[in-house]
Amino acid sequence: MDALTTPFLTGTATGAILLMAALGLTLTFGQMGVINMANGEFLMVGAYVAYLTQQVISSAGVSIIIAIPIAFVVAGLLGLVLEATVIRWMYDRPLDTLLATVGVALVLQQLAKDIFGAQGDPVVLPGWLDARINVFGYEWPLRQLFTILLAVASLALLNALLRYTSFGRRIRATVQNRQLAETQGVPTRNVDRMTFFLGSGLAGVGGVAISLISGTNPTLGTSYIIPAFLVVVLGGVGQLKGTVLAAWGVGVATAFLTDWTSGSMAQVMTFALVVAMLTLRPQGLFTVRTRSLA
Amino acid sequence: MTAVVPETKVTDVTAADPPPEIIPARHRRSPVKDYGALVGIAVLAAILLLWAPSSLSSFRLSNLGRYCALALASMGIGLAWGRGGMLVLGQGVFFGLGAYAMAMHMKLEVAGPEGVPDFMTLYGDGTMPVWWEPFRSGTFTVFAIIFIPAVVSLLMGWAILKRRVKGAYFAILTQAMAVAFAVLLEATGKETGGFNGLNTFSTVFGYNLFDPEVKQNLYRVAAGLVIVFLLILWQLYRSRYGELLVATRDAEERIRFLGYDPANIKLVAFVTAAVMAAVGGAMFVPIVGIISPLDVGASASILLVAGVALGGRTSLFGPVLGAIAVGYGRSTLSESFPTQWTYFLGGLFVVVILLLPGGVASIGSKLAGLRKREVLT
Repeated sequence: MDALTTPFLTGTATGAILLMAALGLTLTFGQMGVINMANGEFLMVGAYVAYLTQQVISSAGVSIIIAIPIAFVVAGLLGLVLEATVIRWMYDRPLDTLLATVGVALVLQQLAKDIFGAQGDPVVLPGWLDARINVFGYEWPLRQLFTILLAVASLALLNALLRYTSFGRRIRATVQNRQLAETQGVPTRNVDRMTFFLGSGLAGVGGVAISLISGTNPTLGTSYIIPAFLVVVLGGVGQLKGTVLAAWGVGVATAFLTDWTSGSMAQVMTFALVVAMLTLRPQGLFTVRTRSLA
Repeated sequence: MTAVVPETKVTDVTAADPPPEIIPARHRRSPVKDYGALVGIAVLAAILLLWAPSSLSSFRLSNLGRYCALALASMGIGLAWGRGGMLVLGQGVFFGLGAYAMAMHMKLEVAGPEGVPDFMTLYGDGTMPVWWEPFRSGTFTVFAIIFIPAVVSLLMGWAILKRRVKGAYFAILTQAMAVAFAVLLEATGKETGGFNGLNTFSTVFGYNLFDPEVKQNLYRVAAGLVIVFLLILWQLYRSRYGELLVATRDAEERIRFLGYDPANIKLVAFVTAAVMAAVGGAMFVPIVGIISPLDVGASASILLVAGVALGGRTSLFGPVLGAIAVGYGRSTLSESFPTQWTYFLGGLFVVVILLLPGGVASIGSKLAGLRKREVLT
């Protein structure tokens, strides 16, 4: 039983982190075709927010709760700045945003190195998370459950926002057909900006979760950005269910493969699996049906 | 290219000459501009092959040789990305395949006819994997440098392009490929040298690497290959295929409706780019003396793309000059100002992509465009 539950649970937690990293990407990629390689650095920013909050508020249990909204706002504002300074000039050539944001990511990483040092800082685990619960004989760290809950909560909020608010309706309209949405009076550029804020903020929240597992590190974002993008591509752009399923699938698959082989071989095999899946379904698992070509 | 005779004669005599803007560019191009590129290649050849070996110190010459090896890979990126619209972020894989093939052969040269590379006895049990055996032969190695990347890229490209995966999807997949390749190399330390890579060579195809004469000749081969590749690309770009490739980049659906298969057109560019990267990798190893996962991973691949973006992705010379500039900047600036170099590189990405998407090569035409606008107003 242990051989199944352990990878399943850790894999689900990994999937939850991947989901937090991928939600912002799938929003901006699905809506604007923008590929934001700096999204990984927003995770890093979130992790540093968690670290800094802990320096100000000494009680680890309180600071981690406070850090979540702060990380959302700080990372979101950074996203807005990125949109306003770089991305907005490049909406007509989305593929180029990939390279420009790689440059932004390099600068942000170096900034973090200069401010906080090349070595990472540990984030103290609050007492109420520093426990293990017994699941079918496996002592599961509670922080992994916290990560999953955080991801599920973010997902639920995002889903509610997209489904039931007028802002969410505007986002969905812009994703499905930008020109038509504009003719109906949707201010698509404003919607783009808000989506960027939202997506970057979600990455910040993900960063708080990561900081509980691996602490902070200037290069923390680089290890998540490629898997997160694979999740987005595999899930199909424009809706959440594909991303959720893909994140969970990639997380669990990696965990099982790690269990059977080794960490690095698991990574290679997961990538190979995703490529194989994509040759079967080039548009990802789920897609918004449109009448456009290809 | 003087008398313009269309290949298919218009039989309808009443049809007037088509307006100049719809005459295919191939028929409109002025011979002067067309062959002007050859003059450029000749100038570059004179600088790289005549001036540099006689005036540069051996240290600087071997540095220039390294930039040339990187430029070979960059030219492939120029073909695939600039002309084919495929943002290849995983050229490190093919660069690495070529480099590791060469490095394995050189490693076996050090080990001797029956010997086993030193790291295998150091970290493993002293037995050599079977697939190392053929690399004892120099002929096989040269064959492998070309054909292994060609076959790998053909299979990858076939799987990806035939399914019409393009744009960002293509870029992400190729980048994931580079990450996976580097991780795979690091994980197989006993077979490939792992994180340390392959190093400490003494000879290449029997020539002593420490001999200044041999060093200079290695540079000459790398620089000569740059010129050869430039000539190949020049011919490719002005050929019918070159126009088909640009057309596929700009309007893939139209090309499909005209009866071509865009996947095949792109596949040729992708495989050619892969082979170019592999040759670059094979030249990199004897000149630099080491190949490690760091040289082939995602960030190394992105750095190659940075050079191409800086120089000008669509131009013939842009990728070469961009690669040399980025290589030079990296080795001089990053040693004396490591922090500033990262900021500079990051800023370079943003500024070039944002303001100068055609790279430095497009400055001329941009200025000309500005002047024209001034005249008009």
